Amino acid sequence: MKLFSSFGQYLLMLRGTIRKPENSKMYWKEFMHQSVEIGYGSLGIVVIISIFMGAVSAVQTAYQLVSPLIPKETIALIVRDTVILEFAPTLICIVLAGVVGSKIASELGNMRVSEQIDALEIMGINTKSYLVAPKVLGALLTIPLLVIISMVLGIYGGRLASSLGELVAADAFDRGLQSGFVIKNVYIGLAKAYTFAFIISSVSSYFGYYVRGGALEIGRASTAAVITSCVMILIADYAIAYLFL
Amino acid sequence: MIEIKNVKKSFGTKEVLKGVNAVFEKGKINIIIGASGSGKTVLQKCMVGLLKIDSGEILFDGRDFVTMSSEDKKLLRQQLGMLFQGAALFDSMTVEQNVMFPLDMFTDWERKEKLDRVNFVLERVDLKGSNSKRPDELSGGMKKRVGIARAIVLKPKYLFVDEPNSGLDPRTSRLIDTLIHDITKENNITTVVNSHDMNSVMEIGENILYLDQGRNGWSGTSKDVLFSKHENLNNFIFASEFFRDARDMRILEVKGLIEDERDMEKILREGLKSSGSDPSS
Ligand SMILES: Nc1ncnc2c1ncn2[C@@H]1O[C@H](COP(=O)(O)OP(=O)(O)O)[C@@H](O)[C@H]1O
Ligand SMILES: [Mg+2]
Repeated sequence: MKLFSSFGQYLLMLRGTIRKPENSKMYWKEFMHQSVEIGYGSLGIVVIISIFMGAVSAVQTAYQLVSPLIPKETIALIVRDTVILEFAPTLICIVLAGVVGSKIASELGNMRVSEQIDALEIMGINTKSYLVAPKVLGALLTIPLLVIISMVLGIYGGRLASSLGELVAADAFDRGLQSGFVIKNVYIGLAKAYTFAFIISSVSSYFGYYVRGGALEIGRASTAAVITSCVMILIADYAIAYLFL
Repeated sequence: MIEIKNVKKSFGTKEVLKGVNAVFEKGKINIIIGASGSGKTVLQKCMVGLLKIDSGEILFDGRDFVTMSSEDKKLLRQQLGMLFQGAALFDSMTVEQNVMFPLDMFTDWERKEKLDRVNFVLERVDLKGSNSKRPDELSGGMKKRVGIARAIVLKPKYLFVDEPNSGLDPRTSRLIDTLIHDITKENNITTVVNSHDMNSVMEIGENILYLDQGRNGWSGTSKDVLFSKHENLNNFIFASEFFRDARDMRILEVKGLIEDERDMEKILREGLKSSGSDPSS
């Protein structure tokens, strides 16, 4: 029951974000600010995770490919497809749900608890559109970019691990990368990235925006935001895989 | 002038405002007093539209805020200033950005013009030169003053203040009170203050509304408030023995100075000065 009313409130919040801005310049400024916070702020962790997850997937694929009948280049191909289809969008977005989601939820929660949201409302500003929309749009702009970076770095990490561990030579790896490449996989990966970006930003905004109480509740809200985002990401991941693969 | 008629507000089954009526006059400090939990904050939040009332009317110079179109509401809100209990400064912004924010949002002035206005109000609240400070560097009293500056930067017609003195030492409290008083008088604002601090009430209050568990308990001027016969109000005002004793002493003192006891109340009310025998002067 509570789940349904929360979901209803979530949808109402989203509908409330679609309003004509009081002052487009200020909204633009807020959008840019959020894009930098979300995108640039998470770049470091995305770089590190991407390289390592590519490396690990290369090592594990090599470990499982014992048959002499399968050429070593296949490792590159498997790394490429798993990174593009699953690792870059899903794993990165699960991490971003933690990094970005908790930031959004606690920022809004703090604004709610310290009456900053009320102060904006009093001034005649639609806080749903001023506070939530720039975050959602900023996430939709930057998270897919981060995922593309992650795809490239993940494959690079796989290549690096392959040549360092003498699993596959670099030129063989490059040959493998080019074989049987379908652009559709990239589109699916990006579709996931957009979906997950929307989930992370809107769900975390919801939990932060409707916080009641004090500092303790802000902490609870950001935990709830992260958990809910992660679960929804996994459900959406499964749905997209089921529909498109 | 703001007039509220039979305002009711419940949360679930809990009735917080049980039909409140009041008139808040222009150019005056209108104070809402009452014990904690009596509904002062809820009433103010209803008046500014942060909470939706269940029934009743809220008239800003005759125009009903509740039934107004959302466009009109937006315009009216730009004439409202509010100082929150915790000041509610935007903590990602500097003092200057906080105060300039309403100007950025609602005017198309040049930056120079906006900065002049910001510096003017900052000077008015005695915070000249604090432009680049961040909220977490400010003391409680300074935060409130920045809050006042932000509330008045768009020259509001109506000013709402929730517990201006909570968390402040007595001296800082009086400074904030004086500031609210002076700003109200200078700009002829309709000011509504929530307070449970009797010092403020006596210092700056003009019209007093006593909320008694969500009902109109008593209303009148600050001169009358000490002599009301309302039992709960008396218990509220004279919660401290000290004040009760002080009043009784004062009464005894005055008694000694006059022949006819019936004049006593009048003299107390008008102050001893007017009778030419103020022992403290
Ligand atoms: N959002 C809310 N939901 C439920 N109850 C509330 C809410 N806000 C205030 N109340 C209740 O309304 C009553 C009056 O609160 P309030 O107006 O804050 O009192 P005051 O400001 O006079 O101390 C309190 O009992 C409080 O618990
Ligand atoms: Mg209160």
